Amino acid sequence: MAPSDASDTPTAIGNETDSKGRLLTSDGRPLRAALQRANRRRKLTALGLVAPLLAFILIFFAYPIVQMMWRSVDNPAVVEALPRTLAALEEWDGNDLPGEEVYRALYEDMLADEELPRAEQKMGPLAVRLNYEISAARSAIVRTARNVDEMEAPYKEAFLDAHRLWNDPTIWRIIEREGRPLTASYYVAAVDREYNAEGEIVQAPENRQIYVALFGRTFMMSVVITFMTFALGFPIAYYLSTLPMSKANLLMIAVLLPFWTSLLVRTSAWIVLLQGQGVINDMLVALGVIDDENRLTMIYNQTGTIIAMTHILLPFMVLPLYSVMKTIPPSYTRAAKSLGATPWTAFRRVYFPQTLPGIAAGGVLVFIISIGYYITPALVGGQDGRMISNEIARHIQSSLNWGLAAALGTMLLVSVLILYWLFNKLVGTDSLKFG
Amino acid sequence: MSASDKRDGFVVFDKVQKSYDGETLVVKDLNLSVAKGEFLTMLGPSGSGKTTCLMMLAGFETATNGEILLDGKPINSVPPHKRGIGMVFQNYALFPHMSVGENLSFPLEVRGMAKSDREVKIKRALDMVQMGNFINRRPAQLSGGQQQRIALARALVFEPELVLMDEPLGALDKQLREHMQFEITRLAHELGITTVYVTHDQTEALTMSDNVAVFDDGRIQQLDPPDKLYEEPRNSFVAQFIGENNTLDGVVKEITGDECVVQLDSGDLIDAQPVNVSKVGERTRVSIRPERVEANKERLKEGAHTIKAQVLEFIYMGDVFRTRLKVAGNENFIMKTRNAPDQVRHKPGDMIEIGWLPKDCRALDHD
Amino acid sequence: MTKKLKLIALSSAASMIALSAAAQDPVSLTVVSWGGAYTESQQRAYHEPYMAANPHVTIINDDGSANALAGLRAQSQAGNVTWDLVDMLPSDAQLACDEGIILEIDHDAMLAPAPDGTPASEDFLPGSLGDCFIPQIVYSTILAVRPGAFEGEQPDSIADLFDLENFPGKRALQDRPGTNLEWALYADGVAPEDIYDVLATPEGVDRAFAKLDTIKDEIIFWTEGAQAPQLLADGEVAFATGYNGRMFNAIEVEGMDAAIVWDGQIVEWDGWVVPAGGPNVDAVMDYLRFATDTQRLADQAKFISYGPARASSAALVGQHADLGIDMAPHMPTAPANYYSPIVLDNDFWADYGDELRERFANWMLQ
Repeated sequence: MAPSDASDTPTAIGNETDSKGRLLTSDGRPLRAALQRANRRRKLTALGLVAPLLAFILIFFAYPIVQMMWRSVDNPAVVEALPRTLAALEEWDGNDLPGEEVYRALYEDMLADEELPRAEQKMGPLAVRLNYEISAARSAIVRTARNVDEMEAPYKEAFLDAHRLWNDPTIWRIIEREGRPLTASYYVAAVDREYNAEGEIVQAPENRQIYVALFGRTFMMSVVITFMTFALGFPIAYYLSTLPMSKANLLMIAVLLPFWTSLLVRTSAWIVLLQGQGVINDMLVALGVIDDENRLTMIYNQTGTIIAMTHILLPFMVLPLYSVMKTIPPSYTRAAKSLGATPWTAFRRVYFPQTLPGIAAGGVLVFIISIGYYITPALVGGQDGRMISNEIARHIQSSLNWGLAAALGTMLLVSVLILYWLFNKLVGTDSLKFG
Repeated sequence: MSASDKRDGFVVFDKVQKSYDGETLVVKDLNLSVAKGEFLTMLGPSGSGKTTCLMMLAGFETATNGEILLDGKPINSVPPHKRGIGMVFQNYALFPHMSVGENLSFPLEVRGMAKSDREVKIKRALDMVQMGNFINRRPAQLSGGQQQRIALARALVFEPELVLMDEPLGALDKQLREHMQFEITRLAHELGITTVYVTHDQTEALTMSDNVAVFDDGRIQQLDPPDKLYEEPRNSFVAQFIGENNTLDGVVKEITGDECVVQLDSGDLIDAQPVNVSKVGERTRVSIRPERVEANKERLKEGAHTIKAQVLEFIYMGDVFRTRLKVAGNENFIMKTRNAPDQVRHKPGDMIEIGWLPKDCRALDHD
Repeated sequence: MTKKLKLIALSSAASMIALSAAAQDPVSLTVVSWGGAYTESQQRAYHEPYMAANPHVTIINDDGSANALAGLRAQSQAGNVTWDLVDMLPSDAQLACDEGIILEIDHDAMLAPAPDGTPASEDFLPGSLGDCFIPQIVYSTILAVRPGAFEGEQPDSIADLFDLENFPGKRALQDRPGTNLEWALYADGVAPEDIYDVLATPEGVDRAFAKLDTIKDEIIFWTEGAQAPQLLADGEVAFATGYNGRMFNAIEVEGMDAAIVWDGQIVEWDGWVVPAGGPNVDAVMDYLRFATDTQRLADQAKFISYGPARASSAALVGQHADLGIDMAPHMPTAPANYYSPIVLDNDFWADYGDELRERFANWMLQ
């Protein structure tokens, strides 16, 4: 490089400007454009690196969640099965039984359905759907539809003969209300509400309210479990962090053991330990702490769920705590002591505040996981140790009310997101350390 | 350590021993006395026991045997927070979740000091280290040198009579380190506090201390003021550890008072000052500082001893010249000469004659 | 490899495929059932003899029946049916049939007649056949009692389950309304044949829950079929409800000390359905014809104490294959056991199940 060529020397770059006063590079291009071009390649590389994971998350995580949310409002059954009936119902006043023309339309809908190939028939799904709203709707639809080709006018009478439910204005209100492609009824049911005769949303009868109380209990138990894992996990994590690596790893295996044990083995172990005739009760009786008549109930109730879940989730608390504590050098506590703090003050004011990111991360993990737990509560929870997920699982697996399951699932998801947002507001996610 | 026993002892280690595993001693029979207001440095390679001694003094380690006294009172069973000793840690140990002001306030709060008094003291301590404007910063927002100053201010803010420093300058770059060395000694002398300072850096030890205790193998090898330590090392270890040093191995041929004749392994006979050789026939290692070797005949003092040397390498270092020589079979014999107008610049291969005064040539133990 | 060599290799591979197609294609059938002793009985009574006679068929067992309906619906909606044959309850089968996700069965055309020529539709027990459902067994939910729990008089009726005064202690019940509500009414004095009529009224439901309330504090709910015998064996409970086959297995095979109370046994069918759109429908139909004939149904009773669903099989029920004990007295349908049965009404549960399950969940929460 010739030293006389001033524009090529490092000091001269950037001193050139174009007519608009923008900085130019040594070969005369605008500096900003050159920088963008240089950065674009880096951005593309970054995108290429995250693309597989992004695609994976979209396909296997985001898409099912969106589908679940969609299912909680999706309501095709009535619209697809009863187009004529819905059209006829538009004239109905909504009070007494509808007139002959509505029953004729229903007859026509059923007859048309009969003609379709089995897999495309809509009366089955309709029967299932309406039974969620009113008992016996399933037999009303299925039995009437089975014999619909033998029906004769006047149809109103024929239907009233076929099933008692056709004589009830309630089922017509339900058909009219649910005769839209989207429904709120799953959410209405999920917050223990129902529609009254006027179509208003009111509290469900007391003996059918489940979900609000169950949500409350789920949150309460999750808080207790989170606290228990903290109370048990903090000292052990602290102890682990003071040990040399080899010993710490050995002990860590003991903490992680529940992770690697099959669910059945774990559950049997709890049963053997906790049940009325179990090891712990036997020991207490033998020691004379309790008498044989008053054995403790520690399983098949809330206590059982809390004990079992605390056991399973302990590693989720210990690992973040351990990884945070590992980075706190002992010199902080020593410094505090050398400055005149008692061991307790040194712990409280110097050590503990520095573990907060680990406590926060462990707490969030344990809380969110326990809110969604269902196998363990089902096995050891008895009647009052069950959680909302057990109801969701029941609706997915046995009652097959997937719309309600989706609504409950969406509510659970949203409440977790709200909690996370609150947490972020109060603590700040940048202080989280997941280990 | 008879010399130290005579001094007025503010801090006294009396026959202190320390073992971690019950089989080996990390600190072996340590006797040490530090006078009030003294700046004492514990210098030694890692594993020599110096940090363990500091930790025993601070109360974080307990002495296995022996007694440590502070101001005449035994403190073996006093917990660290009741010893009232200020301490500066290797990585400063500033509390990351507290601001500078809160860090300094901490020792005052735990002593139950009123808020107004605290503010005065914090301000004074920060001004002392020229950090008055940083009271609201977090430690993470400070540079290494600034953190160092805050750590110092925190150790001093509750006005302890004794301050311990555990390699406090190790993480700083050279220039800053030199500056801080000066600052720390200035403060220590201004405030009249007693300081025990641990380092493995001999320059730091020499420039800062009133006295330096050289540690090796769990023992104090020599305890002396810096100049004496440098010029009169008591044994081979100290000679090697402090400053640069040329050694020549040989056997003592005769001893007369404060002079002896050593026959080097190459056969040459040289005069030396006997330090810890006592009888004829003993193997010895003689030690000569590179800057005491002279090649310019005109500069050689009367009575200097001369020997032939071959130049192997000449290194120009600006203020000095470093010439590597082969002397009596030793190919790593360094001669350091000042860059003066009349100084000769040798070339590799030159055969020259070098010399030194017998008193600069110390016959030490051969280990 | 050169191009020519590749061609030869390709064509020889193609010809081998053609050859094996000319013989019988290997078929792998996925049969979904309840697992445990029940699947074992099907394996020995049906699968093994069928595979021996048809070496090209491999039968793979899948223990997914507990969630069969959810699985069928999910596979049908995803358009990827991997199950070939599913063992399920008639109520679920009716639902699946209504939704069109399983095949309709023409019983006389598709199933083997009885040895005496009686067509299948007449040979199967009355009311057991469904539009899409081929019954296999009659099973019942019964009450089992741990004899050591009480001195003197032993419980022998459903009423005793609700009698805390004479028979105190924990009771293990299944965590669902079915059977519990029926028994509550039965114990409260409702005749077996009237139970579902009463339960269809709001007052009847209240009455059933009121009866359940009387023992609520003593109930331990079980979820999985294996839990009930386990709770009995561990001495945790004095009473446990359970499936008669599992209890038989626990008592006779594993030697558990318990007695079965046949009073108020709740009788139900269990059987096969064929998923619509499955990959091997023809092979499945051939298997079904074999597995539901008179001899095979009688054979299954050699391994588990469930009654065959064909009238013509009853006479062929013999001894337990391993224990050598006579199986006829252990059948729910044996006259000595069948004195006060409650026949499960699937139509009732299809209609009222959603509402009653909610009410039951609410009751459990209280």
